[in-house]
Amino acid sequence: MEHHQLAIIGGGPAGLAAAAVAANAGLECVLIDEQATPGGQIYRAVNTIPKQRATLLGPDYQCGQKLIDQFNKSGASYRPSTTIWNLNSQREIGILHNGQAALLSADRVVIATGAMERPVPFPGWTLPGVMTAGAGQILLKSAGIVPNDGVVMAGSGPLLLLLAWQYMRAGVNIQAILDMAPQNNLWRAMLHLPRALFVHHYILKGLKYQLQLRRAGIPFYKRITDLHAIGNDSLAAIEFSDSKGKQRIETSLLMCHFGVIPDSHLSRCTGCKHHWDPAQLCWRPVTDEWGNSSLDGIAIVGDGSGIGGAVAARHAGRLAGLESVHTLGRMSTNERDEEARADQRWMADDLNIRPFLEALFRPSPTLLGSPKDETLVCRCEEITAGTIRQALHAGHQDTNQIKFFTRCGMGPCQGRQCDNAVSQLVAHELGVEMGITEGYRIRPPIRPLTIEQLATLQGVDEDK
Amino acid sequence: MKTDAIIIGGGLMGLSTALHLGLRGVKALVLEKDSPGRHASGVNAGGLRQLNRHIAEIPLTVAAAEIWKNIRNLLDSDCDVELNGQVRVAETEAQLRSLQTRVDELQALGFYHERIIDKNELYRLVPQLINGCVGALYNPADGSARPFHATTAFRRKAISLGTQIKNGVNVRGIEQIQNSWRVETNQGSFSAPYLVNCAGAWANQIAATFNEAVPLTPKAPMLMVTERLPPFLKPVVGAVGHKLSFKQTQNGTVIIGGAHLAHLDLEQQRTEIDFAELKTSAKTVTMLFPHMASVRIVRAWAGIEAFMPDNIPVISPSAKADGVFHAFGFSAHGFQLSPIVGHIMAGLILDGKTDLPIEPFDIRRFQMREEHRE
Repeated sequence: MEHHQLAIIGGGPAGLAAAAVAANAGLECVLIDEQATPGGQIYRAVNTIPKQRATLLGPDYQCGQKLIDQFNKSGASYRPSTTIWNLNSQREIGILHNGQAALLSADRVVIATGAMERPVPFPGWTLPGVMTAGAGQILLKSAGIVPNDGVVMAGSGPLLLLLAWQYMRAGVNIQAILDMAPQNNLWRAMLHLPRALFVHHYILKGLKYQLQLRRAGIPFYKRITDLHAIGNDSLAAIEFSDSKGKQRIETSLLMCHFGVIPDSHLSRCTGCKHHWDPAQLCWRPVTDEWGNSSLDGIAIVGDGSGIGGAVAARHAGRLAGLESVHTLGRMSTNERDEEARADQRWMADDLNIRPFLEALFRPSPTLLGSPKDETLVCRCEEITAGTIRQALHAGHQDTNQIKFFTRCGMGPCQGRQCDNAVSQLVAHELGVEMGITEGYRIRPPIRPLTIEQLATLQGVDEDK
Repeated sequence: MKTDAIIIGGGLMGLSTALHLGLRGVKALVLEKDSPGRHASGVNAGGLRQLNRHIAEIPLTVAAAEIWKNIRNLLDSDCDVELNGQVRVAETEAQLRSLQTRVDELQALGFYHERIIDKNELYRLVPQLINGCVGALYNPADGSARPFHATTAFRRKAISLGTQIKNGVNVRGIEQIQNSWRVETNQGSFSAPYLVNCAGAWANQIAATFNEAVPLTPKAPMLMVTERLPPFLKPVVGAVGHKLSFKQTQNGTVIIGGAHLAHLDLEQQRTEIDFAELKTSAKTVTMLFPHMASVRIVRAWAGIEAFMPDNIPVISPSAKADGVFHAFGFSAHGFQLSPIVGHIMAGLILDGKTDLPIEPFDIRRFQMREEHRE
């Protein structure tokens, strides 16, 4: 089996920073990434993008280039276009590249798989023509594709606002922006405002986007409830309620966004401890200040360990890099602590914005906890919220029993899309919203692997 | 709290025992440390197989098959039973001869449920099988069911007959007080005249409290399941020359097993897939079913099960403690036997006997060996 001192999974800001720090300190280190170029989702394609499009995406995006340059200079080895389908407690990593599967091992693994968009089921969310803002932004970054006809944008979260602003600059017809954050979010967020003012550039940026979007005459709807996507074979219209009553907008494209959550499938697959975060409404691994998980030699940093944003992820990545250098015997505790100080301070500063953002953009508890009976929750196996409620009332009182009984979460996406929704639905029905203790047990391969690819798996003893 | 019988273990055997006691008016209390069917019972491949069983199990498996055929009568649920047969493929003439020897042996004992089929019939039943196989052992009455649905059906029926089930119960101690067994747990203490040990991979720990050492080994056989495919296979397929169980379910997915073992941490109740072993399983599939090569595996998992050294279960009264009974150690082929095991246990408990031959499953077979060694 191919062995490395340090394996880093994910090429976003946390992974790139961790790799650069570790390789510069002389560790033998490999960075494995699903994408073809470094940068993660946030800096996707930043070093290959045409200049005009980069300008359109804004200066925050362009600063990813520096991080990539540092990584390239560090001497860390790089495996792009490689999916990871397993990581176990013994730090054996299942990879797939060009159709060839292999197992690798490492003395230490840093998981930096970043965030994914929070999947939120609502009536019609699986219709063609309904997509996520994240997917929209990927098309913009990687291929320069923007909607030709009109688009309605709905949900809550910084990304929705950012993409709307980028679309506006690209001349897209934004038919409406639907703010789905509950009314009292603003007041709750105000409690965190003093702390957030330490990093007021984030707030100013958000206000700037809002102001420019409003000046452009884009209709804003507030306090939306009962969002329905309507159509037979594809989206024809959306319906919703606001303070003025029931509304309808004809459109062929709806982009939704309800914030981001850690992409925790890989960390959960290892079996390390996780807990439900009631503020971020998601599972996150239990980690210490260096990103170390409950399993020996496995660390998780960046948005994959809890949403902190790109800047905090970069600092956390550097910290995990230093810790790796330290635990693998190339740096004393004092040196590590000395080197870490600046990053710890910057990271703490940057994280001051999070409680404010979490409160401001927190999705509605009704939306998350009590989807209508007819709403599809598991789109792979076509399981509705009603079926899940029936299973609950038949005595299957936790998410895994519901999975066994209904097949919810057993489809090709491995429960990525419905895990959070089912956890919250179950908790809501049982009246234990704050005490969610169990999500799906995540089973490998976490990315599909064919029988042939497994049959020709490299890195295992042939004679076994 | 007082009850007629305490059953330790809320898997299929415990629930079936509770159900059969309930049918006879006896109310059982099932103590389950996790949730019903959490381990081997709920996550196995669901094979309803009489084919190729240990000779000692044949009277039981034949009786169980009769119940499965009309399982709705017992459980008010069909458990998604499908009886499309099971075949055990021979790739060589020598393998086919060994299967013929088995059929002869069974017929001498008066059992005719297994028969040899030639290659024409084999390829009619399993058209996608690689060319060159010579025949198979076949039982058309075999098939499969959905194990978690079966567990649920047993549980619900047992409850409707007066069974009480407590989840998340850890047994801390067992003692005999006069004619009653008292079980101390994290949720209080419970007493009953009868105590039944159906604790699966943990049953040796319960047996040990009665000074009954049993050579039980917990193991975790792995399964994997593919994406959905158009229907191509009715019977469940095994092979003489390979560790394989291969079947397409009603929803189109293919479940692949063969008792390849995962890494097991019994203390943590955690399994980890051994991909080196699972590779062997995938190689077998690509060899026998080449059309499966490009099919995607969606998930692999393992269930924690009790294995005995002779690969047959313990179904017997305790040799050391009055009013205590054991049913465990089914060595990864207990699913099909579950309805009959409950029937046997209810007989042993209430009548002191059963109408089926269970001598081979007596717990004393290990104790005799132990004493011999001493």
